[in-house]
Amino acid sequence: MRFVLPATVFFLVYYFLLPLLNGLAPELMRTDVVGHVNIAYLFALSQFFVAWVLAWFYIRRANSLFDRLAATVRERAARGRRPAE
Amino acid sequence: MNITLVLFLIVVGITLVITGWAARRTRTTVQFWAAGRGIKGWQNGLAIAGDYMSAASFLGIAGLIAFNGYDGFMYSVGWLVAYLTVLFLIAEPMRNTGKYTLADVLSYRMSPIPVRSAAAFSTVAVSASYMMAQMIGAGSLIKILIPSLDTTLKPWFNWTILGTKLDPSITLVGVLMMIYVIAGGMVATTWVQIVKAVMLMGGAILLSFLVLLHFGFNLGGFFNAIAGVKDSKTGLNFTQPGILYTYGKTQVWGVDKALLENVSLGMALILGTAGLPHILMRFFTVPDAKAARQSVAWAMGLIGSFYIMTTFLGFGAATLVGKSNICATVAPKCTPNSNLAAPRLAEYLGNSFFGTGGGEFLLAFIAAVAFATILAVVAGLTLAASGAFSHDFYVNVIRTHLLHGHVSEREQVLVARITAALVGLLSIWLAARVGATANAAALVAGVAFVIASAANLPAILFTLFWKRFNTWGAVASLVGGSLVTIWLVAIGPGWSAPRPGWAPNRSLRRDPVSTRGERPAPLPYIFLVSQRDLVGLIALDVACLLAAAMMLRAWRRRRTRPPLVAAIFVVVLAAVATVLVLLGVTYSLVVGPTFIVALLVIMYTARYERRVTQR
Repeated sequence: MRFVLPATVFFLVYYFLLPLLNGLAPELMRTDVVGHVNIAYLFALSQFFVAWVLAWFYIRRANSLFDRLAATVRERAARGRRPAE
Repeated sequence: MNITLVLFLIVVGITLVITGWAARRTRTTVQFWAAGRGIKGWQNGLAIAGDYMSAASFLGIAGLIAFNGYDGFMYSVGWLVAYLTVLFLIAEPMRNTGKYTLADVLSYRMSPIPVRSAAAFSTVAVSASYMMAQMIGAGSLIKILIPSLDTTLKPWFNWTILGTKLDPSITLVGVLMMIYVIAGGMVATTWVQIVKAVMLMGGAILLSFLVLLHFGFNLGGFFNAIAGVKDSKTGLNFTQPGILYTYGKTQVWGVDKALLENVSLGMALILGTAGLPHILMRFFTVPDAKAARQSVAWAMGLIGSFYIMTTFLGFGAATLVGKSNICATVAPKCTPNSNLAAPRLAEYLGNSFFGTGGGEFLLAFIAAVAFATILAVVAGLTLAASGAFSHDFYVNVIRTHLLHGHVSEREQVLVARITAALVGLLSIWLAARVGATANAAALVAGVAFVIASAANLPAILFTLFWKRFNTWGAVASLVGGSLVTIWLVAIGPGWSAPRPGWAPNRSLRRDPVSTRGERPAPLPYIFLVSQRDLVGLIALDVACLLAAAMMLRAWRRRRTRPPLVAAIFVVVLAAVATVLVLLGVTYSLVVGPTFIVALLVIMYTARYERRVTQR
């Protein structure tokens, strides 16, 4: 949860910033950056990369940390049950 | 024999071979519903992508971008970001707690009968509306892309059932989907989805490559060309936001309407995806949580790159083909059809790179891809809907919990196959009934996402992350969310009713908020309540009074307070509804919430009563 909650809040805010800015500051978003590529397009494109990076972070963390925690819990549960058998 | 038909037959042939192979691996329930939990992470990732990237998103988004430029791209963004919700919150817990369906997860720690019934209801509501959208879309697409198929099939499917003439293309899609699901279950569905995902990615990569090749891999030049395309109404160029969502034009309750539309689209996509039953079901096919995680990673990679490519397709069609040339029928009269942006682009690119035959071939290839896409998606949906019906409702609620019987493996699989057939037949009939209009398809698909986000997602999230969440909370979420959504859509703009004010035709459309201001004073308006509304209102009042009477009886017998409170509440609710309607609020706006709130109050009271008597 220490990673998931902030990450969820972050991506929700980051995603909804796009339609909000498009609606509230259309002139700003229509500003061209390079050639005819404008801020709105770059921001939208960045969403894809942000999503991928967040997913990558999560999976890296989950593969190392969460699975180890889950294994510990499982082991403990198994050890706890043995005397009763 | 033309080339479209040949490619199409190849697609059908491949999928049928897969089904035949899968049928031998589908005997037990775990094989039928979850492919024996033997699907690998990357395979499941491909299948999720195949399940998710529907014809609506392939042809639809390319078309939206080709017609509206940047604003169409907003769909693409939401469709990918939605997977973060799935990855962070849904995928692994689902795999760990569930067996075959959404209801398995919800009933894990709750009273099974009400929760399973409610989950089955919302699953069927989502799958049915999504499936109808896909089938309707399939019907109109096949008619345009592979007209020879439609005419070939016509004499075979020339039946009229219950006053509705069957549509040959829709029937064909339905029959194929039934074969996959009934014979091959989850194994066949998964592999059909994998094949389709590969074909779709291949098609998108090929077209994007050709578009870029046309511009000499000069992205600056490409964007200059896009910026050269101007929208005739707003005067904006196609790289700028504001063509589809005309910001700053109309206000609803002091907020920009276009902004509201855009944000609510985002909410439906981001929250809805994580509640789509056919996507959730995919996580039960993998062996463990780690594989579930991996499969989302694969799916996100594929879906993301696919949706980035939709911009090349859409913008490519806008610049190379042009909005005025994207039509169903080529000269003399052009009726614009945005779904054809990708096929027409393929035709253009083929012609310019490989000569005339190339255009025909690429068009045929894209048509075949679109067809495979539709087949894969509807197969997944059929499986989800029949799962809800047979596994949740029949096997668990009726046989196990109500009749206290043991259900054998054979019976479970048999019932699953029968319900899959019923679901297939029903959807063929319904899709033909609603009719093949593109407008209807988009609308019904929207309903699916909204029900998924309003009914399924809260129930799942609270079950997984909230300790004190209970049975009736889950039921309220599932039933309340579905009913409120269906009601809101039924009264909303775009649905059939050719009334002024809500008419889909733009020339008839008037802003409902502004006309309300011009109404006469409330009192004389009483006489404007139509007779039909009056009858409906009386029926609602009678129902509420009956419910109140029942509650009062319970109160007199037991002397506990809740039924009395409920009775008073329902009477007040009925009174408020009556007053509102007489004051001129449209009847259909009032009846839905009144009914739903009354139902929830009575359900809550009944549950409280049961607990008291059990004590």
